[in-house]
Amino acid sequence: MAYTPHKPPLPETTEQLRARIPYWGVDLDPADRPSVPKLQWQEDLSGAHWGETPDQQPEKQPRERSIEHAAVTPVFGTAQPLHGLSGAIRRYAYTRYSEARVGHWLLLVLGDRVEAWGAHLRSFATLRPDNPITQTGVLAEAGAHPIRSRYGVRRTDTVHQPLDPVLVAGPWVAAATVTWLGVRRLARAVRG
Amino acid sequence: MRATVYRGPYKLRVEEKDIPAIEHPNDVIVRVTLAAICGSDLHLYHGLMPDTRIGHTFGHEFIGVVDQVGPSVQNLQVGDRVMVPFNIFCGTCWFCARGLYSNCHNVNPNATAVGGIYGYSHTTGGYDGGQAEYVRVPFADVGPVRIPDWMSDEDAVLLTDAVPTGYFGAQLGEIVEGDVVVVFGAGIVGLVAARSAWLMGAGRVIVVDHLEYRLQMARTWASAETFNFVEYDDIVVEMKKTTGHLGADVAIDAVGAEADGSLLQHLTGVKFKLQGGSPIALNWAIDSVRKGGTVSVVGAYGPIPNMVKFGDALNKGLTLRMNQTPVKRQWPRLFEHVRNGHLTPSELVTHRFPLEHVVEGYHVFSAKLDGCIKPLVVPGAA
Ligand SMILES: NC(=O)c1ccc[n+]([C@@H]2O[C@H](COP(=O)([O-])OP(=O)(O)OC[C@H]3O[C@@H](n4cnc5c(N)ncnc54)[C@H](O)[C@@H]3O)[C@@H](O)[C@H]2O)c1
Ligand SMILES: [Zn+2]
Ligand SMILES: [Zn+2]
Repeated sequence: MAYTPHKPPLPETTEQLRARIPYWGVDLDPADRPSVPKLQWQEDLSGAHWGETPDQQPEKQPRERSIEHAAVTPVFGTAQPLHGLSGAIRRYAYTRYSEARVGHWLLLVLGDRVEAWGAHLRSFATLRPDNPITQTGVLAEAGAHPIRSRYGVRRTDTVHQPLDPVLVAGPWVAAATVTWLGVRRLARAVRG
Repeated sequence: MRATVYRGPYKLRVEEKDIPAIEHPNDVIVRVTLAAICGSDLHLYHGLMPDTRIGHTFGHEFIGVVDQVGPSVQNLQVGDRVMVPFNIFCGTCWFCARGLYSNCHNVNPNATAVGGIYGYSHTTGGYDGGQAEYVRVPFADVGPVRIPDWMSDEDAVLLTDAVPTGYFGAQLGEIVEGDVVVVFGAGIVGLVAARSAWLMGAGRVIVVDHLEYRLQMARTWASAETFNFVEYDDIVVEMKKTTGHLGADVAIDAVGAEADGSLLQHLTGVKFKLQGGSPIALNWAIDSVRKGGTVSVVGAYGPIPNMVKFGDALNKGLTLRMNQTPVKRQWPRLFEHVRNGHLTPSELVTHRFPLEHVVEGYHVFSAKLDGCIKPLVVPGAA
């Protein structure tokens, strides 16, 4: 079988489509589609009324930034400022590597893990310790048809969903085991 | 105030936080009346975005009431009901001046490769998000808009991201009359993309997913043909067979980083975070489209490199189009489509969780339980 210059026939004609789908073709003309063309001068500057340069948000503490930027941007988020060891790792990622370098992102991932572990440990000294059961939302399973949603239907994510609890609980179990072994060894050493 | 807070991968809780303050003269503080959980939030929740800090409040889809205004705010007043695009943008940088609102250069010190997004880690600027009772909204004269009287709260919140993104996915496909369009992903983004493809005059719209209840919605709500990829040994071959072995004219990736369908890609990309998510749906799009065709990507990926079939994309002469959606630029036309019923987004809302139960909302949405398509979050509800 040779391929020809023709487009394979469509199952429905334009008339049939118009009859079946009432809104068919209302944006057929690209001029009716928003954001076409991609680059288009916005006369109203979307409501900005400060000429060309917005006011600078005050920087109350040194704000980390990508070294691909000339300076800290006029507006920035102030949520969760850098702190502690994870803060030092993250700041190093920002000051040492551009976004183009994998090292930048891997260090940020490391910072994330270090911060999460610190936060979990610190939470045990509070009235609200981290709780992998209530915080993962698994308690919602009961009211959400866990069996009917997953089995007897063809879906493929059920293959790896059982890994999620392992990924969440695994490090906790490992940490508890290491702690217990350590305590036992210490106790034996003390007893002589 | 009460706010959703990140406690590490797969872990969230609701806790007491300070009400955010005005930090810049053009800020407003919005009291959130309705928010939503997005497929993008799942990437954060699963720990796929580097620099997601403990204590971060998620949520970039929200509407609310203006509660405080900064000294330079002219276009909004206390008490206004506003819808807030998920993009934070200044209006006057090189990119905003040309309409690339999602690529603003003045709002994200942490990265140049992505603009500012509410509640989306420090990689997008370190702004707390709207799955909370209050949220700081920068450049309030630029982003938010008063909600039109005729618009329902549910349609308004869906117009802050999901609906503009679905439409944008179809639009980036540069669809011409009679095009065969295949949409990967039947989440709200893919469903809206499929229906929007008809608006743009597609000749055939095919939706691929593995969740039967969502494919059902693709057939009814989006009038599309559907393929459950689990039923086929190789979905790419199936796409070839159904298109006279040429391939589709346009393929849309509305799946993003958490794609299923390749255990290797899923384990390396999602579970062990060795790449910026699993690009299997993107690879299927690249291989399913015909040579010279267009692949539109609205599914989101992380900044760590991915195993993408770039050689195929080059050899096939594909046009690749993609971006975060410039939401406000999409609004005027999409408001018309919602008003006259061409798009009926609120029909895709399946769940409403009180803010206090947002954690359960994440689990149900993430594990795709109970027929969940789009979950909303309601602050102040018991
Ligand atoms: N570009 C933007 O501005 C923007 C905005 C919003 C959302 N997004 C992204 O769009 C994507 C979809 O968002 P959503 O809210 O619809 O999420 P969702 O999780 O509800 O939907 C994703 C769907 O993809 C399906 N899927 C998984 N693997 C697949 C595969 N290989 N082939 C086909 N389907 C597959 C899932 O079963 C699910 O139905 C996410 O990646 C999200 O981050 C991007
Ligand atoms: Zn989103
Ligand atoms: Zn800008």
